[in-house]
Formats: sequence, structure tokens, C-alpha cells
Amino acid sequence: MNPRNLIPVCVVIALYLAPAAAGQDAPSPKTSSSRHWSMPRTPDGQPDLQGIWTNGTITPFERPRDLAGKPYFTQEEAAEYEKRVLDQNNRDRRGKNAEEDVAGAYNEFWFDRGTKVVSTLRTALVIDPPDGRVPALTPEAQKAAASRDAISRRLPEGPEDMDLPVRCLLWPTAGPPMLPSAYNNNYRILQVRGYVVMLIEMIHDVRIIPLDGRPHLSANGRQWLGDPRGHWEGDTLVVDTTNFTNKTHFRGADENLHLVERFKRTGPNTILYQFTVDDPTAFTKSWTGEVPFTRSTAPMFEYACHEGNYSMVNMLRGARAQEKAEALKKETK
Amino acid sequence: MLIRLLWTSILMGSVLAAAANNQQRHNRTMQGKPDLNGIWQALNTANWDLQEHAARAGLITSLEAAVAEPGGLGAVEGDEIPYLPAALKKKQQNFETRLTADPEIKCYLPGVPRATYMPYPFQIVQTSDVILIAYEFAGAARTIYMKNPPESPADSWMGHSVGHWEGPTLVVDVTSFNDQTWFDRAGNFHSDALHVVERYTPLGHDALDYEATIEDPKVFSRPWKISMPLYRRLEKNAQLLEFKCVEFVEELMYGDYRKKVNK
Repeated sequence: MNPRNLIPVCVVIALYLAPAAAGQDAPSPKTSSSRHWSMPRTPDGQPDLQGIWTNGTITPFERPRDLAGKPYFTQEEAAEYEKRVLDQNNRDRRGKNAEEDVAGAYNEFWFDRGTKVVSTLRTALVIDPPDGRVPALTPEAQKAAASRDAISRRLPEGPEDMDLPVRCLLWPTAGPPMLPSAYNNNYRILQVRGYVVMLIEMIHDVRIIPLDGRPHLSANGRQWLGDPRGHWEGDTLVVDTTNFTNKTHFRGADENLHLVERFKRTGPNTILYQFTVDDPTAFTKSWTGEVPFTRSTAPMFEYACHEGNYSMVNMLRGARAQEKAEALKKETK
Repeated sequence: MLIRLLWTSILMGSVLAAAANNQQRHNRTMQGKPDLNGIWQALNTANWDLQEHAARAGLITSLEAAVAEPGGLGAVEGDEIPYLPAALKKKQQNFETRLTADPEIKCYLPGVPRATYMPYPFQIVQTSDVILIAYEFAGAARTIYMKNPPESPADSWMGHSVGHWEGPTLVVDVTSFNDQTWFDRAGNFHSDALHVVERYTPLGHDALDYEATIEDPKVFSRPWKISMPLYRRLEKNAQLLEFKCVEFVEELMYGDYRKKVNK
């Protein structure tokens, strides 16, 4: 494993003692458990989305090439896929030698990906375009991505060269859009008069979504997580987010990203979450993803990422030591 | 007489208008509890120094008045923080080294009660089961459990908060802190034995009375108390903005490990 990919995991180790599959007993794709279920509502009549939810899953974000043309698993295929992926992901497997073991860095204890594919049995989280793949970036966005990649590959010259999660600034999956990652896939949703509020466990972000129809911030008001505004369309919460920074670059997006998310309670233990990414200056066409959130029985934890970010200092020191060693080698030649 | 009648009707009209307005302002939740929902902020100098203090020069003299520290009346009852002797020495040392030692400088999660009186707004999101407080500074957040509180899973920066109502007052018991946060920029500090009891009491619609009793037998000889009003942010478009300050402290924290450019 490339040490540049190491992510500072801090403080809240105890979390992972909780059963990894908590909240994973998701309903079947036809949500059979919803047959005798009626939409729970808040005292003022909104669909009730409140509680702790997780979207941990091993369904891949984009459809793997070997599943081309196959949008859904059968139950049997899903079980087979789960078994294969869990085996591949198993970080408790020992390497061939000590070096390989150490390079693995995290064992299974650190992970909380979930053990199941999504309950809809889709083979990817991207559902549109129908091939389950993110559309191509525009030439400009490709250029920007290439220059970020080049910086990311070189020996880090300073903290700014590191990826956003390593800097504890932003997790590309914590959202929005809110996507599953290797751990901390937990969200608490609250509803009060005029707002839906989402506490994101991954490096502790809070999305406060006003429902009062106020306009977005002006073009000067840019935020890493954008500026969300919500409204109800029937029983679906629709969240419209703009005003992203050009540093957020979700999957290659730029500051023109316009994200529309839909949250719909589809059963006693499920919210179906969909998001549409529209950014004409970054993507050649808009695209949509979907992931069910399932109710979690585990508590949420404080993720103090920056406060425990020892890896930043260690990686920068390592880079300086490597430069020194290389310079010395040159001299002695 | 006519004038008096006119006055009476104006008065009555305004009383009725105020009542109607009040109704709309939702002083109570649907469960009949005081409604603390909203964006609030302290307006004082407690984040510089919880105790009474005269104005003093800032530590970065090149910035002069922009960072000079204003005087303030303090928020501590009796103006005395009852440090144990060794802890008092540590506080004085903290004061001397505050420019680099204050966790606020590094954009660390601010802890409780400091998060309340930093010069940034925070939003109370009150439901009957849990109350979330989202602070603008560093995107800090804490969940106050009003029903079925779980055990604290681990010590943390913002602590473990369990709340209940005493008449009009939200009382929050906060434990399970680590020893990494300070109370202010003057170096007032605590250990991991910190226990804070906060009391939020509405003072009309647009202000709260805030009290915090601070107990820490490793650092203080007795519990002590701070109090201050908190004010509602009345801007029609008030909203918490992002203040992800990590980005702004990287030079301070990691600058020494930058690649040196040969000149």
C-alpha cells in the first residue's frame, strides 16, 4: 500500500468494536417489510427521517467492467459477490513477509465497510448513465485532475500537496453527496421547524439545510460542503446544493457543481438516497447515483481527525529524510 | 379624553400584535418545552480571559490594534478561579506560552464550555430525543442525549452530554472529556476529570441565560461557576457558515517540514 494513501484514523478506535454489520439487515429489494408499513411522520406532518443511519456497503461505486451490461445481481450472485469481496478485503490476511505486513498498515479492526451489497441488488452505486460509470470529464477538468494527480504523486513538498482527507479537511465520501467509505459511514438526521440537519460522523461535519425557501448564498459565498437548501416534493426531501469551492473537486467536479439529492423513507429501516451531479464545465453530461441508508443501532462517535493527525508530520518528515538520503547518495557517487 | 382613548387603543393594538408575534415566534416546542432552536452567540470577552481583565497588547506586535486584547468584566462568579497550587503555576505558564500553546490556535475542537463563548455563532437543533449543537468554529458539534443516554464510548474533545429539563431550564451534564482543551486564551485549563454542568434558561425570545459549573478535583479546590447571556442572531438570513480552520493552521503546524527551496 502506498503510504500516501494512509488516512489518519484517530481517537475513536472503540467504535470499531461495535458489530461491523450493525444495521445491515436491510430489507429485500422489493422492501417486503414495507407491506404493512406506513410513513412515520414528525408532529408537523413531514416524513420522519430522524435517527442514526448508515450507508456502509460493499457495492462498488462504478460498475466493474466484468459486470458490464448487468445492472442487477440475482440473490445468488449477490451472495457469491459478497463472499468474494469480503475475502479480497480481508485485511487480517498476512503478507508474504514482514515488510508487506507493515505496509498494509491497518488490519480488519479499523474497517467498517459493511458486509452486504445494497438491498436493491444494483451492481453499482452509479445508476445513470445506464452503464453505471461516471461520464468523462471535460478537457479542462481532465487537465485540472491531471495536475492534482501529479502533485499527489510527487514527494510531498508541504501539507498542501497531500490529499484532502490526509489534511483532515474533507472526506470525498462524507459528502455531499454522502457515500459509503471504509469506515465511519454514520449519519444522524434531525428535523426541527424550518430545518433538516445531518450530522456526518466522518471528520465531524454538520449539514444544516434550511427549508424556508431562502435563496442560496451569493457567488462569493463558497464552502467546501457547498450551500444546501431543502424542500419537500411529496414525501421526498430534495436538497439542492451549490456554492462549492473549486478545492472540493468531488470526482473531478469544479465550483460549478450543482448537486440535487433526494431522501425518501421507503421502509421502517430504510431511506433511499439518490443524488444527481450536474456540472457542465467538469462533466460531459450529468449523472446520478443511489445508495440506501439503513437504520443503525450503534451510537455515533466524535471523529477528531485533525487533532490526532500524526501522519501529516510523519509523512512530511519522511519526505525530507528521503530527499536528504538521495542527496547524500548523489554526493558519494 | 379622545387622545387618551386613542393611546389606549394604540397600546392595546400593540399588545395584541406582540402576542400574535409571540405565537409565531414559537417560545415552546410542540412538547411544551422551551424552544431553544436558533442561532446564538455570546457577546463578551470571555474567550480572551474568563476573569476580569484590563486591555493588553496582543502577542503579535506587528498586527498591533488588530490583535490587541480588549478589557472585559469577566464571567466568573466572584472573579476567582480556585486553582490548586501546582495547577496555578501551570495556568501562569500557559498564559506565557499562549501564542503557541492555546489549542484554539491550532484549530482543535474547543471543548465545553469554551465553544459557547468563542466569537462565532452556534446553532441549537432541539428535538425531544436529542439536542444537537453545531458550532461554527472548526465545525465542532455535540449531541445532548435527552432520552436513553448511552454510556460514553470514549473520552473526547467535546465531552459526553446528557440533558434534562428543570422547569424552563435545559440542564446538561457533560463528562468524559480529554485533557487537551482550554477555557480561554489566557491559559485557564482543566484535566480529564473535568465535569461541567450547563444551564440554558430563556430570557424572553431572543436571549438565553447561560451558566456553567466547572468541577475538576485534579485542578481546582472547589467547583466554580461562570455565567453570561447568549443572544439570538436576528439577521433574517442568519446561517452558520463553514469555518474549517485546519487549512489556516498548516503553516504553523507543519511549516517546519516543508521542502526548503534553495535560494
